[in-house]
Amino acid sequence: MLELSDADAGNLSGDNGPVTKFAARMVVRAAELLSASELIDVSFVHIDACHYYGQAHVDFAQMIVDGGVKVAVPSWTNTVPVSVELPDMRPPEKSPEFLKGARDLMTLYEQMGCRPVWTCAPYQLPGGPGLGEQIVGSESNAVTYYNSAVGARTNKYGDFLDVCCALLGRVPNAGLHRTENRRGQILFRLADDVPDALRHQEMLAHVLGHRVGKAAGSGIPVIDGLPSETSLDSLKAISAATAASGGVALFHAVGVTPEAPDQETAFQGREPEREVVLGIEELRAARDELSTARPGALEMVALGTPHFSFTEFARLAELMDGVKVSPGLVMYVSTSRHVRELIAGKGWLDQLERAGVRIVVDTCTYFTPAVRGANGRVMTNSAKWAYYAPGMLPVEVCFGSLEDCVRSAVAGEVKRDESLWQ
Amino acid sequence: MNIQGKTLHEGEAAGPLLVLDEPLSFWGGFDPQTGEIIDRHHPQAGERAGGKILALTETRGSAGTPAGVAEAIRKGEGPAAIIVVKQDVNLVAGAMTAAQLYRIQVPVISIDAGDFARLKTGEQVDIKADGSIHFTP
Repeated sequence: MLELSDADAGNLSGDNGPVTKFAARMVVRAAELLSASELIDVSFVHIDACHYYGQAHVDFAQMIVDGGVKVAVPSWTNTVPVSVELPDMRPPEKSPEFLKGARDLMTLYEQMGCRPVWTCAPYQLPGGPGLGEQIVGSESNAVTYYNSAVGARTNKYGDFLDVCCALLGRVPNAGLHRTENRRGQILFRLADDVPDALRHQEMLAHVLGHRVGKAAGSGIPVIDGLPSETSLDSLKAISAATAASGGVALFHAVGVTPEAPDQETAFQGREPEREVVLGIEELRAARDELSTARPGALEMVALGTPHFSFTEFARLAELMDGVKVSPGLVMYVSTSRHVRELIAGKGWLDQLERAGVRIVVDTCTYFTPAVRGANGRVMTNSAKWAYYAPGMLPVEVCFGSLEDCVRSAVAGEVKRDESLWQ
Repeated sequence: MNIQGKTLHEGEAAGPLLVLDEPLSFWGGFDPQTGEIIDRHHPQAGERAGGKILALTETRGSAGTPAGVAEAIRKGEGPAAIIVVKQDVNLVAGAMTAAQLYRIQVPVISIDAGDFARLKTGEQVDIKADGSIHFTP
């Protein structure tokens, strides 16, 4: 039975105007559907409803702005379909209404008091939530990353509900907000035949995430066998891939993620419901699933899904030192404005642009309408890009490591180092 | 022969059933401008939801689902009602938003899996305000 605080009840009865009343109605309805007994405070929201999809998105935000209501807690914005700075990146003649709507929506969320970061990797910015904090996440990789790598607590909130929660600063106390529901369910163990060098590769994290997501569905996987020094970029890769191929919103990695210092803690003292052993054969098969095309000449290289981090740019700048992107293809790296500013300060932005790399902010290259160059054979280092793009764009995908992607971009055709997989 | 469902979002509707064999994402798998299922891997790809009583076990994944639902309803290409097995917050959020913005009431009703198995595409049904589903000859 749901019990509301006096403030919640006041919002629901319209004490604070019709917009707040509607927000309270939606959050309370969600609480009823989730059998929550109360609403609780959140300290942070990552909003997805700013990602334009049609006029309903604009009408909803306009209703809130017209009502003079603003977000009650720090609320950061997800990616959008357009880059304001690169208007020709998506051919505007294809959908002028779409691009105008997307821009109008960005303005409305700024007016609502959101912090306009326009990124699917808000966790790369300073000032975000920490271990144990109750938050609202929406974009699937960010939900999984915040829950898993940070140890903040969120369910996967859909559009409009995310904003209603932000207007109230309240969520139903249900699902992954509650400790007992964060218990690991399925154990995934890397077999002894997976080479140590491969375990340290970010590429392995993409492949592993893809494989684990498929088998875990919406369950909570626990991964055993990753090195304790596994990077945050690798945790980003696992988050994105498990949320794409499955419905994973939280995973634990033993000895790596904050709620899994050991296997027993990850499972909260219980036994795994099932156990899956992943050997090199299974991982090779999962890697091969991420490529729909045979190797050959490339039209595009797509990096930065989710948004490229400062440390990934450090690696890219080193790999691109003294080489240039082949004139026959376009190489995009998607990132946030924040990270772009950091790499500009290091001189890497200039270096990469001189080498022919196009750095795009605020958006991603697998969204429709397709960016220029997104047709034919595309290479990516992202399991998430490889999973979604062939269904959304007229492309075939070759998956490889960051190093493979750079060598291929320079050569103009797919080049992959197979030695790590032997 | 009628089915008593649980009302997740209020309303009344009538129309032919469109029963989905698999979950659907309304972002990426569904075009709200036309109401068409565009996920190439979906068994009902190419079907249109407009005016139908859309029955599915649950939605798939994406945060964009409420917006896809609300946008299709705005365009007049949305389902007349939605029947689900899982009590899906995203579908309800989309239907509530459409009701608030456009005064169009698309009921969302949950039923159990056994009743869901009795639904067949093309059958005419009435959805009543109490959440009951009536088969009409």
